[in-house]
Amino acid sequence: MEIPKSFLGYKRENGRAGTRNHVIILPVDDISNACAEAVANNIKGTIALPHSYGRLQFGADLELHFRTMIGTGKNPNVAAVIVVGIEPKWTKRIVDAIATTGKPVEGFSIEGVGDIDTIAKVSKKAQEFSMWASEKQREECPMSDLWISVKCGESDTTSGLASNPTVGNLMDKLEPLGVHLCFGETSELTGAEAVCEKRGKTPEAQAKFKKTWNDYNDFILKEATDDLSESQPTAGNIAGGLTTIEEKAFGNFQKIGGCQFIDVLEPAEEPTKGAGLYFMDTSSAAAECVTLQAAGGFNIHLFPTGQGNIIGNPIEPVIKLTANPLTAKTMSEHIDVDVSKILSREMNLSQAGDELIKSTLRVANGRLTCAEALGHKEFVMTKLYRSA
Amino acid sequence: MSNTDIIIHDEKDNVGVVVIEKITPKQDCNCWIMENDKSISIKSKDEIPLGHKIAMADLNEGDTILKYGHDIGKVVKNIKKGEHVHVHNVKTKKW
Repeated sequence: MEIPKSFLGYKRENGRAGTRNHVIILPVDDISNACAEAVANNIKGTIALPHSYGRLQFGADLELHFRTMIGTGKNPNVAAVIVVGIEPKWTKRIVDAIATTGKPVEGFSIEGVGDIDTIAKVSKKAQEFSMWASEKQREECPMSDLWISVKCGESDTTSGLASNPTVGNLMDKLEPLGVHLCFGETSELTGAEAVCEKRGKTPEAQAKFKKTWNDYNDFILKEATDDLSESQPTAGNIAGGLTTIEEKAFGNFQKIGGCQFIDVLEPAEEPTKGAGLYFMDTSSAAAECVTLQAAGGFNIHLFPTGQGNIIGNPIEPVIKLTANPLTAKTMSEHIDVDVSKILSREMNLSQAGDELIKSTLRVANGRLTCAEALGHKEFVMTKLYRSA
Repeated sequence: MSNTDIIIHDEKDNVGVVVIEKITPKQDCNCWIMENDKSISIKSKDEIPLGHKIAMADLNEGDTILKYGHDIGKVVKNIKKGEHVHVHNVKTKKW
């Protein structure tokens, strides 16, 4: 198949392009969720991104909170942002950082005003942003404007046999076109960590990966009461035939095809070394991982599943594929791309990769994913440790 | 091409994955090795559902399970060729 050279996206002020055109109401903290949700109820064409944290965090955990908030606002799938927090200082820090993209952003704080008057003020601004964004048109953008993140979930042995290698085939075909790519899931590389390390393109990238995985493993050894065998593999994984974390890891690892990673990113960190594959240090919990990748600036997500994970994200469209013929049948409303014919050998990997590229472009051009149509908007902050 | 019942990732692997809804005991199964596109056959001993693994050789306690050509865990209870391989007879070497 000849790979298309462009898609229809929304060009942003900073030169990036979005596959979506959201106006978001972003609460800085848990107690501002009610206000943000009230505004999104009032004003059509806006979405609130409620979450559970943002108070009394400190150190690296607080920095990650800011990085996630700011990165979410900066994502090119977002046309304009309203930030609402309880107090002005943290609110302003987020507003100022998002403003560097050149997109419209305003901040409001609730303290000394109360919810009702804040909702009225924010609603007026949200209406202005929503109507402004509604006039944005899709334009032809080069494939290199696609930033594709990947993560698998509710994996089973069909993931390692077919759906993950299909994603790997797409990576092999799109990497030469200057696409940014990102995989994560530090815990789920356990057992394959030495093989993964060797996929670093430079000694620096390899060393950074090794340190990231070792830090994670030290943390597990310190905090775990026995081991991770209760959650890695999960009950769903085991039902699907996966026996050990090592088996899961080698299946997981198929997602990057033959690509090498050029750098290792902190959670929610934006890549800065140009096009190519990046590893991001993330949890393997689906919603946390995709939230971090979206905050890193990725604008379309590929999610292979075996037993049927149903996750979505509010700003980054999540495309699901499965090679499990039972899942494709019993959970069809969640599956965007069915590659189960690989198992019956009616389709080869390259054909499946081509199908996935076609579906990815349709979604990039505006087709709703199953998760979007079903209203999945999981926005989940990663917390490094308890708050003060 | 005859139907494929079991797929094996790598020629070195001592397990294969069932890719039909299930295999039944004493079924003659067609296996396809992805790495080199070879076909082999095996007679099953157990009923094994889609996605679960079958032993391609007799395996003894302490042996290493190879899949993708890599070490994915150790045998904790002897397994006969054609039997179901899963959490009841294989464990991680991590932790």
